[in-house]
Amino acid sequence: MTTAADLRARTKELLAAHPPATTERTAFLRARFDAGLAWVHYPVGLGGLDAPRGLQAVVDAELGAAGAPDNDPRRIGIGLGMAAPTILRYGTDEQKRRLLRPLWVGEEVWCQLFSEPGAGSDLAALGTRAVRDGDHWVVDGQKVWTSSAHVARWAILVARTDPDQPKHRGMTYFLCDMTDPGVDVRPLRQITGEAEFNEVFLSGVRIPDSMRLGEVGEGWKVAQTTLMNERVSIGGSRIPREGGMIGTVARTWRERPELRTRDTHQRLLELWVDAEVARLTGERLRQQLVAGHPGPEGSGMKLAFARLNQEISSLEVELLGDEGLLYDDWTLRRPDKVDFTGREAGYRYLRSKGNSIEGGTSEVLLNIVAERVLGLPSEPRTDKDVAWKDLAR
Amino acid sequence: MNPTTEPHQADLLYSEAEEDLRAAVRALLTDRNDPARVAVRAEEGAPYDAGLWKALAADMGVAGLLVPEELGGQGASHREAAVVLEELGRAIAPAPYLTSAVVATEVLLACGTGGSAASSLLGDLASGRRTAALVVPFATGPEALRLPGGTACMVTAVADAATADVLLVPSTAGLYAVERAEAGVDVAPLVPFDLTRPLATVTLTEEAAAAATPLAGAETALAAVRQGLTAGAGLLASEQLGLAEWCLEETVRYTKERHQFNRPVGSFQALKHRMAQLWLEVVSARAAARNAADSLAAGSPDAPLAAALAQAYCARVAVHAAEECVQLHGGIGMTWEHPAHLYLKRAKADSIALGAPGAHRETVGRLAGLPTPA
Ligand SMILES: Cc1cc2nc3c(=O)[nH]c(=O)nc-3n(C[C@H](O)[C@H](O)[C@H](O)COP(=O)(O)OP(=O)(O)OC[C@H]3O[C@@H](n4cnc5c(N)ncnc54)[C@H](O)[C@@H]3O)c2cc1C
Repeated sequence: MTTAADLRARTKELLAAHPPATTERTAFLRARFDAGLAWVHYPVGLGGLDAPRGLQAVVDAELGAAGAPDNDPRRIGIGLGMAAPTILRYGTDEQKRRLLRPLWVGEEVWCQLFSEPGAGSDLAALGTRAVRDGDHWVVDGQKVWTSSAHVARWAILVARTDPDQPKHRGMTYFLCDMTDPGVDVRPLRQITGEAEFNEVFLSGVRIPDSMRLGEVGEGWKVAQTTLMNERVSIGGSRIPREGGMIGTVARTWRERPELRTRDTHQRLLELWVDAEVARLTGERLRQQLVAGHPGPEGSGMKLAFARLNQEISSLEVELLGDEGLLYDDWTLRRPDKVDFTGREAGYRYLRSKGNSIEGGTSEVLLNIVAERVLGLPSEPRTDKDVAWKDLAR
Repeated sequence: MNPTTEPHQADLLYSEAEEDLRAAVRALLTDRNDPARVAVRAEEGAPYDAGLWKALAADMGVAGLLVPEELGGQGASHREAAVVLEELGRAIAPAPYLTSAVVATEVLLACGTGGSAASSLLGDLASGRRTAALVVPFATGPEALRLPGGTACMVTAVADAATADVLLVPSTAGLYAVERAEAGVDVAPLVPFDLTRPLATVTLTEEAAAAATPLAGAETALAAVRQGLTAGAGLLASEQLGLAEWCLEETVRYTKERHQFNRPVGSFQALKHRMAQLWLEVVSARAAARNAADSLAAGSPDAPLAAALAQAYCARVAVHAAEECVQLHGGIGMTWEHPAHLYLKRAKADSIALGAPGAHRETVGRLAGLPTPA
């Protein structure tokens, strides 16, 4: 078993062979990947060392201290958090070799073509069609809310391959080349003014069968891996106290006594308590991971952070008074990374509204906790045994 | 200035030894503590079961977890005591554990164990042969402490005074130990909201005050009592955690079985969401309570913040869990027969005990450098 000491030694070797100060960023990241220090829990040869996931923090701390560049995870979150674990689990050797390194290094950005106008929480209702044509598939349909599609080289895509089957059965999972001429990406402006997400129209997009992930008709099963990882994206390292949004408002409170009121003080203290407890809850989960006993707590963390981000930023806008009446910039821009905490309070307030919608709404996550963690019975369903083509829409 | 950059790096998990301790305490309580009997005994005015206390404190030795071995204790720490409290909370077991084995013990330890009076008393408490109660109102948090002007005093709502063998009486004159049975000591039982934790008004005459054994001078006494209340507040969070956990588990179990409208009521989304929300709170309460226990065990400078944080959070969670437990049981939750009311009363009283959440939030604000408006 790889130990923390092994990882420290390996990291030192990497730093000695490729001093960050004199090594070009991409070259350093590639070398890090090849040394197995990208994601230590991945297999040898694919950026990892088959080490316990919790030990990643050791590597990150060493590299951070040495001033090494990182792979800018916020720019490539969908690749790292969702595409990669799914490819790792279901991909062919060829797919893993071709795709994982540029994904991790950030040379190739990924996006997620799952949601559709008629299929959001009920993702299994999706209707984008993929029809077999020799050793290719031809895809037609419309996807929506696709973050980063405008900068993506690849997409993970779920499409319907058999409309006669009940909805959970007739789907297949593909890796879609976003440079295909049939892919049309149009910005979709959001409440912040910018367009982080897009509408994606797929017309006659040709995907080679070698870019199918998992078996034909198994798309739902494969997608579960993606969705589970989306919801349990808990980081490998300790979060510092006041590390999240609470830090910003606490700083404002300390630096600007003229803004303080009794009411905002009470609310700030309540949120500070909740944020610190959420930090400890995440830390406890991390310690469980390191000890090799991951707990179900992960499914709750996204719920907690969505609520906290929303309430903290809401308080901050109010605390700012006159300044809370202003907004930094409504210009339509297409940012190349997702940023929850950047910009000003008004932006944070608006952007955090998405935290309880993206990656599974808070209502849906509560359903999941109730059924999978607490074992409560599901609601009676009318959609399970009906052919997809016969469902109400 | 950011005074909060160096939090205590707590171990938030349970060690194997702690899990073994939990299993042993749980087995004992499952065997010996019947919630139905708890209610009956409480109404008879004698909630404490001497046999249970002996088994727990003397035979298992958990009363001495905080006391060093050389003074007759187990030489363990707040981490283990917290596990015992989780189980006591879970089983709603009435026992003077928090008051004697945690608060009074911590006060005596903080007095310095050089003095023989404190040391021999600690040995007695650790063995479980005797119990002690700190004579301050049970609602007093570490920051709200106001000591009476002399040892001859009247203090109301003192927890577990009626069953304690020894009373620890702090005043501006210092800290004194008084035998409860001594002449001039009057302990008048009150009707407690929490049936499982007796409260009393303690009155000491000048005569009793004169006969009291001095334990510490004024300055040490104040710091020691504060330390006792801080440890009490920090570990009470574990009792609240155990209590909340039982309420959630019991509610999930019941709503899976109870059928209305031809389906389990636990399949209705309105209820599922409430239980899922509660689960998230319980999970979070566990992190907060473990953090407090570990910080206290380590004697970390962060411990007062960790204790206040845990109390500000867990008090609310326990009350919420007990309230949901009553509501989601419907009519049966409203009965004297079902144990839910014992949990609700304990949760509500616990939220006031050792400082209400609002007081602890103020402490958090002060320690985290978030000053009140001018
Ligand atoms: C900022 C942002 C980025 C996104 N990025 C992507 C992306 O990159 N790729 C992608 O594929 N998708 C993306 N999404 C889409 C996201 O996954 C969906 O918006 C989400 O799953 C909800 O689906 P919907 O919008 O159709 O809402 P609906 O499913 O129509 O929900 C409407 C309301 O009904 C509630 N609801 C639905 N079903 C239930 C139920 N069973 N029980 C209780 N309540 C229910 C919901 O909680 C919600 O409040 C993004 C969304 C946002 C906001």
